[in-house]
Amino acid sequence: MKKEDVPQDLGSLGKITREVCYATDKDGKYTTQLSSGWEVKAQALDLAWQDIDQRIATAKQRVLNKEASPLLFFMEYRLMDASILADYTGFWQWQIKRHLKPEVFDSLSDKKLQKYAEAFNVKVADLKSMNVHES
Amino acid sequence: MKVDFVHRQSAHCESGVTSSLLQNIGAAKITEPLAFGMGAGLFFAYIPLIKVNNGPAIAFRTFPGLIFKRTCKALGIPIVRKKFNSKAEAEKYLQDALVAGSPVGCQVGVYYLSYFPREYRFHFNAHNLIVFGKEDDNYLISDPIMEFPTTLTTYELERVRFAKGALAPKGQIYYPAKHVDITDDTIRKAIKNGIKLNVNNMLNIPGWFAGVDGIKFTGGRIKKWRNSLGLEKAGLYLAQLVRMQEEIGTGGGGFRYMYGAFLQEAHAFLPNDELLKSSEKFTETGDLWRTSAVLAAGIYKGRLGSQADFNQMGDYLMEIAEIERKAFTELKNIKW
Repeated sequence: MKKEDVPQDLGSLGKITREVCYATDKDGKYTTQLSSGWEVKAQALDLAWQDIDQRIATAKQRVLNKEASPLLFFMEYRLMDASILADYTGFWQWQIKRHLKPEVFDSLSDKKLQKYAEAFNVKVADLKSMNVHES
Repeated sequence: MKVDFVHRQSAHCESGVTSSLLQNIGAAKITEPLAFGMGAGLFFAYIPLIKVNNGPAIAFRTFPGLIFKRTCKALGIPIVRKKFNSKAEAEKYLQDALVAGSPVGCQVGVYYLSYFPREYRFHFNAHNLIVFGKEDDNYLISDPIMEFPTTLTTYELERVRFAKGALAPKGQIYYPAKHVDITDDTIRKAIKNGIKLNVNNMLNIPGWFAGVDGIKFTGGRIKKWRNSLGLEKAGLYLAQLVRMQEEIGTGGGGFRYMYGAFLQEAHAFLPNDELLKSSEKFTETGDLWRTSAVLAAGIYKGRLGSQADFNQMGDYLMEIAEIERKAFTELKNIKW
């Protein structure tokens, strides 16, 4: 890529920092150039987040319909699959899958709920009510 | 408490941390591209079995940790690398290193990295940064992708050092153990060694999913995505490919340019014109990776999406595979 072709589209990272790119000057010699972002990758990131937001909304509806416990909502919200959540909480994946059932979730001890709340970085009360205070 | 340290911004986290730590102990000539090349950083692997955010994992660089390890080894610099079970022990070790005057490389997870915008925070645990001091409750952080140094509170740093999931860092820290004088001769040897290793990793690695064969294989797979996944999911997969190619910590197209820069810098130490010729080939594949990303964007934005577009996308990767195969074969055949 030529130095003058290094894209300067403002992406979400571009508001915080510009990124270093290696590019060639007019003699073909490599140098560095700062970039504030590239439309193509900003759009790829947007699409990933649209997909995530969609999954969060679906999960929320399923919890409201009593088809799943609030764990499902927070797993989507925190971008966690059962394996990551198992690593954060110390539960086995099969236990987490069981806790995804609303009736099993409702019978969980405070101690277990506390572990989930810590993993999702929320309070136990918010865990039960799907309240999210932060952006 | 603040260690004598100069923040340097770089294109990629691990090669940046490696070159910053080495320049800090007096190895002033070890730029980011040199560290990347000596550490044989260029790679490709398509790993559909590992899911990242519901899509296949695609790596454009070598396994995390290897660039630092290989570069130091090639230069004969002893290293300290530690992982911890206890958070308290991890913090004490870090503090002791700072008191002793060493800036320290840390492997961290990006999900809770507070200075990143939320859109960038995924459960990716192989980001690298340098801690170079502490003021009150704030650790002074040199994150190589940032233009300026930043800070993390004690709690925030602990949380990212003990992120969980795949590649969990376990508080991992690393730094060069002592100051070593590096001669140009050592650099020449390290360059040759790095090129040889990279040739081997890209041309001779067994399996269809890695090296230049892996790029070719992925090209073939992409042609089938439209039928096997449906247009919407295929678009998500392509967006994933572009993100892994261009975003923080990965940067596939960017890595090709960095390797091109490495070969030019290598030429200053080892004036063999084959290096310059190969450098041009990597500039060419870097451009092709970016051209393919533009086409992919056309598909995931919904402007394009016919089977012919997917075929074209796959053909780009096959073309890249052939050029990189040629470039590495040329490097392999250099008579030093």
